[in-house]
Amino acid sequence: MEVSINNIRKEFDRFAALNDVSLKIASGELIALLGPSGSGKTTLLRLIAGLDFPTAGQIFFGAEDASHHSVQDRNVGFVFQHYALFRHMTVAENIGFGLKVRPSASRPSKTEIRKRVSDLLDMVQLSGLEKRYPNQLSGGQRQRVALARAMAIEPRILLLDEPFGALDAKVRKELRRWLREFHDRTGHTTVFVTHDQEEALELADRVVVMSQGKIEQVGSADDVYDRPGSPFVFSFIGESSHLPVEVKDGTVLFQGEPIGVSGEANSSGDLYFRPEDVELTQERDALFGKVTASRRLAGTRIAEIDISNPGGSNNHEPFHVEIEVPLHAPIELGSEARFRPTRWKIFGR
Amino acid sequence: MSKSTRITRFRSPADESLTTKLVLVGVSLVFLGFFLFLPLVSVFVEAFRDGWGAYEEALVEPDAWAAIGLTLTVAAIAVPLNLVFGLAAAWAIAKFEFKGKAFLITLIDLPFSISPVISGLVYVLLFGSASVLGPWLKSYGIEILFAVPGIVLATVFVTFPFIARELIPLMQDQGTGDEEAALSLGATGWQTFWYVTLPNIKWGLLYGVLLCNARAMGEFGAVSVVSGRIRGLTNTMPLHVEILYNEYNMVAAFAVASLLALLALVTLALKTLLELRFGAGSAGGRH
Repeated sequence: MEVSINNIRKEFDRFAALNDVSLKIASGELIALLGPSGSGKTTLLRLIAGLDFPTAGQIFFGAEDASHHSVQDRNVGFVFQHYALFRHMTVAENIGFGLKVRPSASRPSKTEIRKRVSDLLDMVQLSGLEKRYPNQLSGGQRQRVALARAMAIEPRILLLDEPFGALDAKVRKELRRWLREFHDRTGHTTVFVTHDQEEALELADRVVVMSQGKIEQVGSADDVYDRPGSPFVFSFIGESSHLPVEVKDGTVLFQGEPIGVSGEANSSGDLYFRPEDVELTQERDALFGKVTASRRLAGTRIAEIDISNPGGSNNHEPFHVEIEVPLHAPIELGSEARFRPTRWKIFGR
Repeated sequence: MSKSTRITRFRSPADESLTTKLVLVGVSLVFLGFFLFLPLVSVFVEAFRDGWGAYEEALVEPDAWAAIGLTLTVAAIAVPLNLVFGLAAAWAIAKFEFKGKAFLITLIDLPFSISPVISGLVYVLLFGSASVLGPWLKSYGIEILFAVPGIVLATVFVTFPFIARELIPLMQDQGTGDEEAALSLGATGWQTFWYVTLPNIKWGLLYGVLLCNARAMGEFGAVSVVSGRIRGLTNTMPLHVEILYNEYNMVAAFAVASLLALLALVTLALKTLLELRFGAGSAGGRH
């Protein structure tokens, strides 16, 4: 099922939680809504589900305008952050609930429901737990029961709110891989909300980065990581540092000095770069500062560098940047490091 | 306290010494014994002073029967009414945001904060012979005051906070997640209420009903003002007890009183049973 979101605005007590958001989701896609808390990602998911209604704008399911359809009519599978399993029902009753409450004309028989439930339990690898109650399950098992329950109604799209938020790191990793396989097997159009970028980048076909009620960028993991479209995306996804610079005659100047980086158009802005996209150098045209800390990070070393700021902005606070250095590089605390970004982006002010 | 250094047993910082514990437990027990247990026992002792025969006689007497019957009738009307009202109010308060919510909560508490006598007098003012409503209803042959409808109204008023108060914190605690899940699975509003909301609150609801019922049967002040105390007609059990008492018919008075006391004990027993069966806090641990 293809979903189009057109110019959606959602206000809560005059506060705009979403502001003019548009998004097209292709059929069968696995989409992550990624952003910090308060960015509007959960609000967008709830609007797609029909658990909330937009102040303005439309939501289309295929060619059908679903904007004013109730959650029951939209036929979506929603997996809640804390699963919202019915605690007084067994696993089997939970999964069968959506079938049991159908109007008698379209309700499957009891035996059919039992069959569907056991198929779904197989699918989420929980066979044999039919008679358990939710409080007798682990977090990961509850998550999968919630997913099976949502799948039982043969939803047109699957929506997941922070699907791994309440799980510990190891289970999280396993379930992430499992969800990807599950999606590839069932082919459902799936949208999930997360604040964990690693999760979004690893799992999703496309990542929708959101901030303050707006979509900042939509793209594949490579797009948003390698070609961030805004300062927000650059700093929210992955590690990055930024410095105020000016561009004059094709050269980037930091505090009036060239730093060996070229730029286009005369302007002033912020130079963004990632720790891994720098090279140490001995040349004169470079950034330099004092090494204040260094820490080992898996196969590399991260050096924290303070670049002095005689210019006067920020009360002479030095600029703090982090760069990745080879393990054997001669970096000592208190010594001076000279480096140059090899990949960067300048965002105008 | 050089001795304490040699004690190897770990004591939690919040733990008290044995003496403190004994004193605290002792004080509570003496207090409860003196103010609760002793009066309760004396009710039964007094009721059975002249033996089982006199006790039975006091209960099967027609006026006593009428009082018991009326009390049951009133409770049978007031409790279901408050069940519906309490559920509706708790639902509205716990699950929706609307203007005037705080005011509604205050209103629900009103019967707790004003004297039952006043509650009764309000109905006298509303339906008395000097009011507008009273004579108008009377012209259609409907009697409110000094009749069963007045007693029911007063009882409903006095007991309406019990169920709502029991449910509000419970439902606020549970939020709307389960209901949203049910709706997203295609359930109608009614199915959601029946299969999801009601099972989630049933123990709190049951406890609220028990409390409401106990109060509905035991209410004295408000009912006394509107009833007119016509023997055999508008006398409830508490009113009947008072009349007998004023007539120095102690055995009969305490016999009827013992029935009311029994009701309290049964309520208590049921509540304890509910808590044992469904874990602490599930059956209204907030009182």
